[in-house]
Amino acid sequence: MSGAAIETANLRKTFGKKVAVRGLTLQVGRGEVFGFLGPNGAGKSTSVKMLLGLVAPTAGQAVLLGRPLGDRNVRARVGFLPEHFRFHDWLSGEEFLDFHGRLYGMPGARRRRRGPELLALAGLADHGRKRLRDYSKGMLQRIGLVQALLNDPELIFLDEPTSGLDPAGRLLVRDIIRAERDRGAAVFLNSHLLSEVEVTCDRVAFIKHGEVLETCDLKKLGVEERSIVARVKDLGTEALAGLEQWAGSVRLEGDSLTMEVRAEDSVPEVVTYLVASGARIYSLHSRQASLEEMFLRIVGTEGGL
Amino acid sequence: MRGVAVMAGLTCREAVRRRVVAAAMAVGAAYLLLYGFGLHKVLESLPAAASRQLLFRRQAVIVLFAMGMYVVNWLLAVITILTSADTIAGEINSGVIQAVVTKPIRRWDVILGKWLGFAAMLTAYLAFLAGGMLAEVRLIGGHTPAHVPEAIGLMWLESMLLLAVTFRAGASLSTLATGVTVFGLHILAFLGGWVEEFGWLAHSQTAMNLGVLASVAMPSESLWRRAAFELQGPVIGGFGRGPFSIGSVPSGGMVVYAGLYLAAALALAIRRFSRRDL
Repeated sequence: MSGAAIETANLRKTFGKKVAVRGLTLQVGRGEVFGFLGPNGAGKSTSVKMLLGLVAPTAGQAVLLGRPLGDRNVRARVGFLPEHFRFHDWLSGEEFLDFHGRLYGMPGARRRRRGPELLALAGLADHGRKRLRDYSKGMLQRIGLVQALLNDPELIFLDEPTSGLDPAGRLLVRDIIRAERDRGAAVFLNSHLLSEVEVTCDRVAFIKHGEVLETCDLKKLGVEERSIVARVKDLGTEALAGLEQWAGSVRLEGDSLTMEVRAEDSVPEVVTYLVASGARIYSLHSRQASLEEMFLRIVGTEGGL
Repeated sequence: MRGVAVMAGLTCREAVRRRVVAAAMAVGAAYLLLYGFGLHKVLESLPAAASRQLLFRRQAVIVLFAMGMYVVNWLLAVITILTSADTIAGEINSGVIQAVVTKPIRRWDVILGKWLGFAAMLTAYLAFLAGGMLAEVRLIGGHTPAHVPEAIGLMWLESMLLLAVTFRAGASLSTLATGVTVFGLHILAFLGGWVEEFGWLAHSQTAMNLGVLASVAMPSESLWRRAAFELQGPVIGGFGRGPFSIGSVPSGGMVVYAGLYLAAALALAIRRFSRRDL
C-alpha cells in the first residue's frame, strides 16, 4: 500500500442523511497524472477535501504517501491549488509565496530563492510587488498554481487549475503538470475540461454518486475504445437492442447509427451482425472514441459537467 | 510554535494593511482630544472656592478619570469584537482557510496564532488609550489617580475574554452571527451589572442574584465594575451613582472565574475548529 501516492478503500462521507461520497476506492501511483471526472454533485470536491484532511471521512481508509490521512508530516510533501482563487488577496505576489513558504517551514534562504523562480515560471516576474486583489483572474490562477509547487511536493492536488485561463495559460498549466510528472510527482487533477484531461492525464476515474464507476488508462484510449458511425436502413428494434452486447450506448436517429464499443475487434463483429440481421449498410466509419464519448457512455447524460 | 508565529505575524500585518489599525488609532486619538478638551473645560468651570480645595479637585479628577476610562473600556470592547469577528468565520466561509490548514501546521496553530496577534494589537491599543488618558489627567488635572495598573489589568482581561469568546463563536458561526452573539452576551453582562447595582441600592437579594447570574454567564462587565472600584475606592458616592461608580463590587473570585472563562472559551474554540469540516 505504501508504494502508491494515494490509496483509498471505501472512503465514505455523509452529512446527516445526505450521502456525499458513498464509497471511494481508488489508487494513484507515484509519478502519475490522475484525472478525477464526474458530473456536478458527484462528490468530487468532498473526496478531494477528505484526502487533504479538510473534511473528516465518516468511514473507510485512505493512505497518502504511505501515511494515514491527516498526518502533518505528509502535508509537507503535498501541494494544493483550491478551486477558485481563495487566498489572502491583500498580500502582494511575493508576500503571498513567502507566507505559504513559511507555512511549509521552508528556511528563509530557500524562500527567497524559490519565490522569484516560481513568479518567473508563472510569467509574473514583473508583478511580484502588486497586490493579489489587483491581479487578473488568470494571473491569480497562475500564482495559485505555482504556490502548490513551493515545496517541490511529491503529490499535487489541482482543483480546476485551468478555469479562468486563456489558451496560453492552459498551455502553461499543461507544461507544468508534465514537468512535475517528469520530476516524479503524482498529480491529482480535478477538472471539468475533458479536453485538458485528455491531453494531460495518464489515467482517469469516472465518479458518480460518490463512487468510482470506472477507471481508464488514457494511453490505451483510442486503441481499444472505438466509436462507430454508420448509415443503416432496415435495422429492426430487436437487432438494435442486440447491438448492446458490444456497446454501452447505442443511438439510432433516422438511419444514422452511433455506438461506442470497448474494443477495436468488436468492429468487424458488429458489421457481421448487422449484415446477418438483414440491415442494409450504406456507410460505416470507425474512429477512436473521445474522452467525452467515454464520459457519456460511463456516466450518462444526467447532471451537467 | 512555527505555525503560531506565522499566523500571529499574518494577523498583525493584515490589520495594518487593511487599515484596521489606522482606523482604530484615529478613533482613539479623536477620543483623547475630545476628552482632554472636556476635562480642561470641566475643571475650569468648577466654582473658584471649590477649585481651591485640593481634596475636592482631586476627587473630581478621580471621578472624571473613571468616566473617561469607562468610555475607553467600551471602545476597547467594541474594537475587540468588530475587528476579530471575521478572522475565523470569514476565512472559513470564503475558503481562504483551506490553503492554510492543508499546510504542515496544526489547526490549533491557526487559532492560537490569530488570537495572540489580536491580543498583542489590543494590548498596544489599550496602552495607547490608557497612557493618553493618564497623561491628560496629570497634565490638565494635575493629579495621578491611584490603582491605575490594577484597573488597566482588569480592562485588558475583559478585552482578552471578549476576544476568546469571539473566537469560540467564529469557529462555529458566520461573521454576522459571531458579532451578534458576542455583543449580545456583552450587553447581557452589562445589564446584569446594572441589575446587581440596583439590587444593592434597593437591598433586593433577588436582583443581586440575577446580576451575579448574568456575570456567571458572561463575566466581561464584572471586570469593568471591579476596575471602576479600583480606580475610585474611597470617593464612591461623592458624585452620585453611575456606570463608572460602583456599589456592589465583584469579588476577586469573579476575576479568577473570568480568567478561567477566557481559557475555556479559547480551548473550546481550538477544539471546535480542530474537529469541524472546512
